[in-house]
Amino acid sequence: MSDTSLIDSKGQLLTNDGVPLKESLRKSLRRTKIRSFLLLLTPLLFLLIMFVGPIGSLLSRSIDDININTVLPQTFAQYELWEDKSILPSEEMFAAVINDIRITHKLENSEGKNIGKNLLGKAGTRMTYEYSGWRSLLLKTVKSATSVNTRSKEEIKPYKWEAPYKEQMIKRDKRWGKLEFWQSLGAMKDPYTMGYYLNAVDLRYDANKNVIQKADHLKIYKTIWMRTLKVSLMVTIFCLILAYPVSYLLATLPMRISNLLMICVLMPFWTSLLVRIVAWMIMLQQNGVVNDTMLTVLPCIYEGPINLPFFGETNIDLCFSEEDRIPMMYNFTGTIIVMTQVLLPFMILPIYSVMRGIPPSYMKAAKNLGATPTRAFIRVYMPQSVPGVGAGCILVFIVAIGYYITPELVGGKDGLMIGNFVAREMQQTLNWGLAAAMGAILLAAVLILYWAYDRLIGIDNLKMG
Amino acid sequence: MSNSEPLVKFENVQKSYDGEILVVKDFNLDVAQGEFVTMLGPSGSGKTTCLMMLAGFEPTTNGTIYLKNKPINNVPPHKRGIGMVFQNYALFPHMTVAENLAFPLEVRKMGKTEREAKVNRALDMVQLGEFGARRPMQLSGGQQQRVAVARSLVFDPDLVLMDEPLGALDKNLREQMQYEIKHLHEELGLTVVYVTHDQTEALTMSNRIAVFDDGVVQQCATPEDLYEKPENAFVANFIGENNRLMGSVESIDGDKVTVKTDSGDIVVASKINVNKAGERATLSLRPERIMVMPSKGKTPNTYSAKVEELIYHGDHIRTRFSVCGHDDFIVKIPNSVDNISLKEGKEVNIGWMTEDCLALDG
Repeated sequence: MSDTSLIDSKGQLLTNDGVPLKESLRKSLRRTKIRSFLLLLTPLLFLLIMFVGPIGSLLSRSIDDININTVLPQTFAQYELWEDKSILPSEEMFAAVINDIRITHKLENSEGKNIGKNLLGKAGTRMTYEYSGWRSLLLKTVKSATSVNTRSKEEIKPYKWEAPYKEQMIKRDKRWGKLEFWQSLGAMKDPYTMGYYLNAVDLRYDANKNVIQKADHLKIYKTIWMRTLKVSLMVTIFCLILAYPVSYLLATLPMRISNLLMICVLMPFWTSLLVRIVAWMIMLQQNGVVNDTMLTVLPCIYEGPINLPFFGETNIDLCFSEEDRIPMMYNFTGTIIVMTQVLLPFMILPIYSVMRGIPPSYMKAAKNLGATPTRAFIRVYMPQSVPGVGAGCILVFIVAIGYYITPELVGGKDGLMIGNFVAREMQQTLNWGLAAAMGAILLAAVLILYWAYDRLIGIDNLKMG
Repeated sequence: MSNSEPLVKFENVQKSYDGEILVVKDFNLDVAQGEFVTMLGPSGSGKTTCLMMLAGFEPTTNGTIYLKNKPINNVPPHKRGIGMVFQNYALFPHMTVAENLAFPLEVRKMGKTEREAKVNRALDMVQLGEFGARRPMQLSGGQQQRVAVARSLVFDPDLVLMDEPLGALDKNLREQMQYEIKHLHEELGLTVVYVTHDQTEALTMSNRIAVFDDGVVQQCATPEDLYEKPENAFVANFIGENNRLMGSVESIDGDKVTVKTDSGDIVVASKINVNKAGERATLSLRPERIMVMPSKGKTPNTYSAKVEELIYHGDHIRTRFSVCGHDDFIVKIPNSVDNISLKEGKEVNIGWMTEDCLALDG
């Protein structure tokens, strides 16, 4: 065969028509490219609108501090000039606060409606996160600073308060004379803050924006984080222990029987979460089915003094009586039991699907080569089920770490997790910044876990089913 | 192969999975030390079931299997010490090739140095010395096959079972592996029980072949005997190519039978599996034993046949005749100068010797 391909002056290959080969190829592929892009457009838009947008905007709240900077620009400018932060700031700073308040107070939106008062309220809320008491102090001051002299004859009536302000303000509320309030402004002066994140892990800024520990009585979240981690780990481990044999059974039994059992696994999955939790409440509460049954069934072996060889006469109690009822609900135990049951299918399904794919010939081969059934199982079967185990564990852990409804209902006081606190910040305290920061930390934890799994086992080894 | 003590002995073995159908009906087979025995048969004939019973993965429903004169019905598979090559090799995907080979030695608690030496020897034996550190998935089908063979031999088992081990390979590789396995068998003096549905494979490799059909061994004999002296119509038809003429027995004279075909022609054939006059009979004729235009008086059976089709096969020409009321009568004619005169539609004489025409059950 002779080489008949055409080549132009630059050494590019040409088609028979003299068009550069690359360009011709691009042209011929353009239609396909456009079509596939259009096909992808819908899911892409969906992803943007439903996930990236809302999550992004919520996450941005965790560092957003612009509002307070638009309300008190002069104050923060003065703060930068305040040199010795161990003595009260000068009159200029006090005046800046009053000016900022008066300017913001009169702000109107495009329809002529006043929005300044609302902004000041929000600013007060924000300042209270840094140092409690700011909100009431600010609002009180807003009232005084903006009241006008109604008896004046002038067109624009002058304010009652006139410079210098320092003494008037301290007289009005002596908190203005406290250094801590002024110092706490330092944490808010930048448009972006890590304050919410610090707050979420029981840290805070001091006057010079150094990160320091919160006062001990204000530390609440560290315990919750640790508990969240502990609950998630324990639930994952219990799920694995329960799910592995079940999956093995499902995978090795004949299809007809295993399908029947599969329905039993999925049945609770299809039942309302609330119904399941309430069922557990009935089972596990102090006067619930489990405690009542134990009381009736467990025999009273012995109760009373006994003479032991080394301890002498001792009172022993081998009776399960009224006062021995085990508290299993509205505490840590309750959270663990119910979450394990609720999340079990997430563990069973991936493990089962991986086990179904392991040909029985591997076990046969191992036995044929001389391994006892136990040994064959450990050396040959278990390593091949690792992708399913990994997927199940990651799935359960990720779902568990952000769990909310179960701990809320059965967790009592010592079973609450970080999800409950996110909800609390969102609904009650209205500190969305803190809620967003907690959410972001959760997200980061999940991503780190994912990355670690990839490094250790390899993400291509993950089989979700 | 009439050694004193058989290594393996199946005695009246029966197997049923559901209590209604017997998959294996009264199976008897002796395998001598050093023998290569193939179980050949169409799928569903019970050959793999027999192998699985021997390996210990399926219990026998009735009857006894002996290994070295000891009944092994109640011995679990891992204590039987039988090597096995599985259909899809069953190499452990999470272990390297060397680890796969070391596995049977490891479970036998063999020391590390001895283990390594044996693994290396086994790898060299199948020409895969450099592949020890690879995973099975990184090997080609043929290489995986060799690893599987090496793994089944590495712990020096008394007996090696192979369950259609070459089924997944392409034709050339399959033929090459047939010879390699055959040579291993000869060099190491292995005793092999081999299962296949491929008759060429069986004929190439085996000392003896047990032909299975419908749970029964139809014939167990050397490859030559199976081909030359099939005992019944199924074996004749299953092994090699075969022309069949149906008819009924007219008379029996010693080892010769006169059969009247359904078209009314009289054929003299060798008596193999017919008993009395009036019985239905199948006449079996190998395509390469038919003579075209035989010289007069040379063949006792000579008939006029019409050439229906000529298919060029290079070294021979497959010719389809219609003869004795049978229009699918195949004759292999060597591609030589004498025979090129055949044309489609032409009438010629064809004939065959009495020894080449076997009268079998109808």
